[in-house]
Amino acid sequence: MNDIKSGSNLEKVLKSGNFAFTGECGPPKGANVDHLKENLAFLKGNVDAVNITDNQTAVVRMSSWAASAIAVQEGVEPNFQMVCRDRNRLAMMSDVLGAYAMGIRNMLCLSGDHQIFGNHPEAKNVYDIDSMQLINLVKTMRDEEQFLNGEPIDGSPKMFIGAASNPFADPFEFRVYRLAKKINAGADFIQTQCIYNMDKFRQFMKMAVDMGLCEKCYILAGVTPLKSVGMAQYMAKQVPGMDVPPELIERLRGAGKGKFAEEGIKIAIEQIEEFKQMEGVAGVHLMAIEWEHKVAEIAQRAGMLPRPDIS
Amino acid sequence: MNHDFEPQIIAFCCKYCAYAAADLAGSMRLNYPSNIKIIQVPCTGRVDIIHLLRAIEDGADGVYVAGCMEGDCHFVCGNIKTRKKVEYVKKTLSELGIEPERVEMFNLSSAMGPRFAEIANQMGERIRNLGPSPLNIKQAA
Amino acid sequence: MIVADRKPLSEILDMITDRDKILIMGCKGCVTVCNVGGVKEVQILSSSLKIARKKEGRSLTVDQITIERQCDPEYIEQVKATINDYDAVISMACGVGPQFLSEAYPQQKFFPAVNTKFFGGATSHGIWEERCAGCGTCVIHYFDGLCPVARCSKSLMNGPCGGSSKGYCEISKEVPCIWDMIVKKKMEQGRLDDLLCFTPAKNWRTSRDGGPRKSVREELAI
Repeated sequence: MNDIKSGSNLEKVLKSGNFAFTGECGPPKGANVDHLKENLAFLKGNVDAVNITDNQTAVVRMSSWAASAIAVQEGVEPNFQMVCRDRNRLAMMSDVLGAYAMGIRNMLCLSGDHQIFGNHPEAKNVYDIDSMQLINLVKTMRDEEQFLNGEPIDGSPKMFIGAASNPFADPFEFRVYRLAKKINAGADFIQTQCIYNMDKFRQFMKMAVDMGLCEKCYILAGVTPLKSVGMAQYMAKQVPGMDVPPELIERLRGAGKGKFAEEGIKIAIEQIEEFKQMEGVAGVHLMAIEWEHKVAEIAQRAGMLPRPDIS
Repeated sequence: MNHDFEPQIIAFCCKYCAYAAADLAGSMRLNYPSNIKIIQVPCTGRVDIIHLLRAIEDGADGVYVAGCMEGDCHFVCGNIKTRKKVEYVKKTLSELGIEPERVEMFNLSSAMGPRFAEIANQMGERIRNLGPSPLNIKQAA
Repeated sequence: MIVADRKPLSEILDMITDRDKILIMGCKGCVTVCNVGGVKEVQILSSSLKIARKKEGRSLTVDQITIERQCDPEYIEQVKATINDYDAVISMACGVGPQFLSEAYPQQKFFPAVNTKFFGGATSHGIWEERCAGCGTCVIHYFDGLCPVARCSKSLMNGPCGGSSKGYCEISKEVPCIWDMIVKKKMEQGRLDDLLCFTPAKNWRTSRDGGPRKSVREELAI
């Protein structure tokens, strides 16, 4: 796991044994990139890489590779997300090549939310290949220097390959096996779904450690600070595969009006502190949705700054 | 409301309950509209969607099915199945812009002579208020 | 079987708005079994259309016929003598019926009265569910008789995805997650190892993606 595969900053941070810290940013709903650049500026220097989401929740936005390329221009390392919903294998491979040529070095391979959730529910979905096969596809392109059909690639894309894991989806007993499967398929790092149920995550990580998965792959724990009681309740009830324990909602409510956001940040910081100590956790992925301007503060208070400079 | 209008109503009556109740109403000398044409069926389960539609198609102003109390069907659930068929016909009529109230399902027992007369009067009144079936109006015009 | 639903009456009425003599053709195949286009449904549609026309004060002549199968030239041949006596023909078969009819009788206009939906079966009386996507390369034996191609909303071959919750799919709390069922069945049978091996990208050439399909059986072809 030690030989450098992509040379991305994220890879170097992880391989040098540092506790990684990644952020997230959604591309704009239009061709105006001012707001994107603003958000990237909030993240710059405070995280090791920024996930650029791909039509997240099946709502159309600027293509993730284009927004990732803008991040490269802005001096922020992107983690280019790709979902299986919108592209067949041809489009995937050509986008991987294009992304690499634009200086993108990290990729996160995802199934993608079903289009029924989004703003074009009448769309035809693709799902030519699934996330597991996408991981394997990118690995084949990188390591075998071949397309999926076995033809050679002239200039193979050396991506640092990421995948997602949701320890809170069902069936729980199978989740760690699916993680193992993703690692075997070629995932170099994993970013988990937002964690709120710490007990369940501890249990999950123990299984992952026992299976030796953490020696083969870097696991970044997902954190999303809760901004309000309403957001917590929405996540608990409406978002499939999300587990927000009632005690946490109560704690947030107990903070009192006007103090929910601060309490949410406190909770996130406590989580990060625990992840730093937790066996098998190699970093934190902070998904501060529409809260990019708070990332610096959270990073500071969680002791994540300064970020290591490894060149 | 048209006072000259004498609605034509078809009633599919189960022989175990509604039909017997009609007999009882007769022997009790209870009044109910004479323009209700009763068709005896061995069970309301025998009544199909097409029977109800054909009645409307052929000029009935109203149609109803009268079966046993739910749970008391001689054939276990004929009345429950037919309630669903009645619902289907109501939906079809709505789709065609015809008042779904022209079709109805009732439940009663053989001992309910007065209830039979009441249903007949109620249905007669309802159809009289709705007026002639739109199929009949157009034909007359 | 092929499962279909009848189109709304308004849509069928629009199709025949300027036609006064029609034939409604049922099929004794799949659509009879799924209660959408057999003898009984032909009668119901006929009566419904006549009611609608009578209401408008216009007459409509409707003849009815339900043939053995509309997907077979041998049976389609049976209506040859009379098919052109009508202003239009409404087919209550699956999407195959009106096409076979149109090919056989190019002078006539055939309208579909049903929306053809999926390959499935009745899970209880009056309820049909999808089971097969007709992908052309059956893999159900790898998944203990549960097809992820047809029954996973994303056709995942290495599921379940992160949207699986309490046995249901992320798209709806009424849609079971087939991968949850696959995993549980494998666990019960002590064969979870089957799911640990990577299933490579599927070859979709045998599916619709490979273009319109054809099956030739040399031993039968004349």
